Amino acid sequence: MTDRRSRFESGSIAWFLQRVTAVVLLFTLGFHFLWLHFVNHAAEVTLWGSALRMDRFVYFIMIVVFLVTAAYHGLNGIYNALLNHGLSGRRRTVVFWLLTIAGTVLVIQGIRIAVAMAGVIS
Amino acid sequence: MGAPYDRGLIEDFGRFRYFSAGMWAWVLHKVTGWVLIGYLFAHIAVLSTAIPAASDPEAIAAGTDLYTRTIQGLEGIFLVRVLEVGLLAAAVFHMTNGIRLLLVDLGIGLEREAEGFYVSVAVTAVITVLSIPVFLPPEVVPW
Repeated sequence: MTDRRSRFESGSIAWFLQRVTAVVLLFTLGFHFLWLHFVNHAAEVTLWGSALRMDRFVYFIMIVVFLVTAAYHGLNGIYNALLNHGLSGRRRTVVFWLLTIAGTVLVIQGIRIAVAMAGVIS
Repeated sequence: MGAPYDRGLIEDFGRFRYFSAGMWAWVLHKVTGWVLIGYLFAHIAVLSTAIPAASDPEAIAAGTDLYTRTIQGLEGIFLVRVLEVGLLAAAVFHMTNGIRLLLVDLGIGLEREAEGFYVSVAVTAVITVLSIPVFLPPEVVPW
């Protein structure tokens, strides 16, 4: 009898994407903390300053990539943790769709914010 | 195989005394993951003030727009600054332990799990302590 401790299958697409997003987040989350807390300081944040950063195309793309990978990695992580705790059947389907909807709303709202900030300059 | 023995809630929680380093790493990775995704939702909610604020150029120029006032108002609260240090600690631990997990997936360091966990904790502690002057400068400390 095999000793299956995790239902998060090694080698699956979800497993692979969790690792790919982890690598992306190492850079984007690290940059975010460094840039917005140590180089610039959160207490000195203004909308004009945020808009100037967001107006740069590379920064805008990086923030959107950060948002999408963080939302996927975080919510997929929660889903897999719940699977490992025995979530199954109808509850599994409901949780999957709740997390998918929450993630979609989060990403859409985040992109709306980024577009609004970038729009301040132009 | 028989059914798993139900130890009861209290005894279940009491088992933390017998955790190995790898089990602590697993628990802390989960806890910090929950903290970070919870924060992401709160962060996006706060930053959403930029959407209505963006249509008020006079207030933006004066630095009195809703977004600027909200962020600077929150940053003026001592508890928020302390929570930011905690957030940094959660992020650094999740990242350093995540690097360890990625290396294990590549077949590196599986037999040195405990050492990897201790390195993650040490790096987290050093970066967190060094960040305290940045997050908690004298002007925000209430005493």
